[in-house]
Amino acid sequence: MSRSLPLSLLLLSLATPALAGEAMPYAVKLDRGNTASLQRGARNFMNYCSGCHGMQYLRYNRLGKDLNIPEDVLKKNLMFTTDKVGDQIHSAMPAAQAADWFGKQPPDLTLETRARGADWVYNYLLTFYLDPKRPNGVNNLMLPNVSMPHVLWELQGFQKPAGEKEEKGEGAGEEHKPKYELAQQGSLSPEEYRKWVADLVNFMDYAAEPEKAERVTIGVRVLLYLVVVLLPLTYLLKREYWKDVH
Amino acid sequence: MSTEGVDASRRRFLTLTTSVVGGAGIVAWALPFLASLKPSARAQAAGAPVKIENIDKIEAGQQVVYTWRQKPIFVVHRTPEMLESLKKVEGDLVDPQSSMDQQPEYAKNETRSIKPEYLVLIGTCTHLGCLPKFRPDHPAPEIKQDWQGGYFCPCHGSKFDLAGRVITGSPAPKNLAVPPYRFADDKTLIIGEDAEQKGAA
Amino acid sequence: MAIVPNPHKTTGFLGWIDDRFPLTKLWKDHISEYYAPKNFNWWYTYGSLALLVLVNQLLSGIFLAMFYKPDAATAYDSVQYIMRDVSWGYLIRYMHSTGASFFFIVVYLHMFRGLVYGSSRKPRELIWLFGCLIFLCLMAEGFCGYVLPWGNMSYWGAQVIINLFSTIPFVGEDLSTWIRGDFSIADATLNRLFSLHVVALPFVLVGLVIAHLMALHEVGSNNPDGIEIKKKKDPATGIPLDGVAFHPYYTVKDIYGVTIFLIVFFAVIFFAPDGSGYMLEKANFTPANPLVTPEEITPAWYFGAFYAMLRATPSFWGTQIWGVIVMFGAVVVLFFLPWLDRSPVKSIRYKGPIFKLAVAGFVVAFVMLQYLGMEPPNPTRTLFARIGTIYYLAFFLLMPWYSRVDTTKPEPERVTG
Repeated sequence: MSRSLPLSLLLLSLATPALAGEAMPYAVKLDRGNTASLQRGARNFMNYCSGCHGMQYLRYNRLGKDLNIPEDVLKKNLMFTTDKVGDQIHSAMPAAQAADWFGKQPPDLTLETRARGADWVYNYLLTFYLDPKRPNGVNNLMLPNVSMPHVLWELQGFQKPAGEKEEKGEGAGEEHKPKYELAQQGSLSPEEYRKWVADLVNFMDYAAEPEKAERVTIGVRVLLYLVVVLLPLTYLLKREYWKDVH
Repeated sequence: MSTEGVDASRRRFLTLTTSVVGGAGIVAWALPFLASLKPSARAQAAGAPVKIENIDKIEAGQQVVYTWRQKPIFVVHRTPEMLESLKKVEGDLVDPQSSMDQQPEYAKNETRSIKPEYLVLIGTCTHLGCLPKFRPDHPAPEIKQDWQGGYFCPCHGSKFDLAGRVITGSPAPKNLAVPPYRFADDKTLIIGEDAEQKGAA
Repeated sequence: MAIVPNPHKTTGFLGWIDDRFPLTKLWKDHISEYYAPKNFNWWYTYGSLALLVLVNQLLSGIFLAMFYKPDAATAYDSVQYIMRDVSWGYLIRYMHSTGASFFFIVVYLHMFRGLVYGSSRKPRELIWLFGCLIFLCLMAEGFCGYVLPWGNMSYWGAQVIINLFSTIPFVGEDLSTWIRGDFSIADATLNRLFSLHVVALPFVLVGLVIAHLMALHEVGSNNPDGIEIKKKKDPATGIPLDGVAFHPYYTVKDIYGVTIFLIVFFAVIFFAPDGSGYMLEKANFTPANPLVTPEEITPAWYFGAFYAMLRATPSFWGTQIWGVIVMFGAVVVLFFLPWLDRSPVKSIRYKGPIFKLAVAGFVVAFVMLQYLGMEPPNPTRTLFARIGTIYYLAFFLLMPWYSRVDTTKPEPERVTG
């Protein structure tokens, strides 16, 4: 029975994570190192989402520090409900009215990408479609019968489910048939809208775990210390003493 | 098991080096734990400077009490008469020149303030921490003969003048402290921030 | 002046201590003159690693408790406070959550070592029993700890587990209410689980670990050959011929092992603290909600096998208590291992093919059960879970028979590599 620490890792890796319920048509490419994208995402969130959704675990000054946004820019462009940079991001919506209008209070979104996954949130914002049976006129692929209206309709426009007719591709290979087609244009093209949402999800992924960048940087240093410095020394020490033992 | 042919100096070197390197690692590991005890972002946010607007609404001769970092802050709109009393009591004071380090530089003057008409003090008695009572009324023989107005601490009887300077014979050893503060404009007082470094004090 | 000089004849400051407290005696008896077999392989490092992880949990836990609020209204927020507002709070939290998982990995491997080398056999039965008690306490400690963040999985996991008590006939419902302190999982439950997790269970755990080590040192360690090194001693010194002093030989080897362990441990903490959704589960990133059940209620991964057994057992005569009995029985059967193994030899090295096959099958069954416990059930999975459960129990219950009929090889007089 030789080295068994790999066995421990094997035990861990054998339990593969369960796959999500619905199939998700889109995949987001997160880019945590892209500060410009994160800044755009912060702007997108504050302008379009923070009216109803809070991010109560994130403070403005933390956001400013991590995203390289100076305090005056922060106050002017991103802070709508308070002027204290140390405050947390709260939505302006009063809780009681929210429950009344929507059936429940719009949830806090700080940890949403950790709770559902970044891909899920990305897909959620891309798959609102027209549905005359719903009271607010839209439905959503990821969250059927959602009570949230399609807040981003001005940007995306409105989609409807694509036609049933399947086109057979010529030759080998299947064409990816899009699930939805635009019924009404928005101010952004589909490509631009996907980028807009990707920035937003990038920001939300940051908000769910702001310390990630620092954590990884320190982790590299810690592991370098352990592997390059401490491990050889402890090995040599052990081998030196065990020369006594035959 | 034998210990023949042992290179003792190599052993010592390895043991020492590993101990030092390992020890450094342990210290590095301990640092985050110790650092975690510092005031958190929440404490710092709560301890941020407090902005008081419409300070001009305080009537002459009145005191209003605000809070900063969970401490009471006395703000008094002093009358010319109150300001004159400051000279009268100078003989009775422990530290009339404010030589002890109880105030920022800009409050180290006769009136212990930036603007003479506004007194800003931390309302904590320098004896054992009670809240001194604002007693501008005079005479008040129950406090003291020829009382000119000031503060009287009910816990152990310390007395201070209308600039917060401690009167001789009080248990309190020092003048009432002046917090960092600045005026953003004529109507706005910001407690907890000096004029030079805008940001938390 | 001491009335009786200490037997070690130490002087100075150490002498002053030794006259009043057995410091040098403890050092010699347990460290510098405690002789362990020289042929320990890497299976023997998991005990000291378990101690390391225990210290990690205690220290990180002490600091977490400085910031955490055990109140249903503020617990979830206080965890985010630790993660974001407290300097380095996120690191302390990840050390604690990763440590909990690694505790179980290390302990399972440690127990496995005991199984294959016969470390539970006479005269080490009591070490094994203390160890089984530690395992039980650890499961309770892990369960209580998991509820504290008060996420949605914390809440519903607690709901399911405490509901197990309601399967007990006649008293079940009242018992569950008494345990919860309320009619369903609530603030009262959270508060008492906090007290258990932070005070009661750590005390019991540390006490049991001390007892475990004392029992070990009383008889001396087993080794991969399963032979007793005390049988062959040097006539002049009384030291076992195949023994080496714990210090410096095993202190130095354990420090090396610890370094390797820390590499893996910190790699996870810094690069994958969620553990792919197994150490910090996705559903726990939403606050506890009594009105919304997560799509799948899974226990912490380290309970997977036992949970699979619980779920696989069907209900009879209108009660599901059989599953509870089977699950509990799977843990209790471990206590009997010293008396179930009737082989004349201790170590798998000298046992026959039956035992080796049985152990291989046990590993497969246990790992399979772990996996099944984390997946939503379906008829195929339930079938395999039942097979796994029966195998697990048969492995132990049939052991008195197959360990006797199995062939053996002669044990060596002195230890081999």
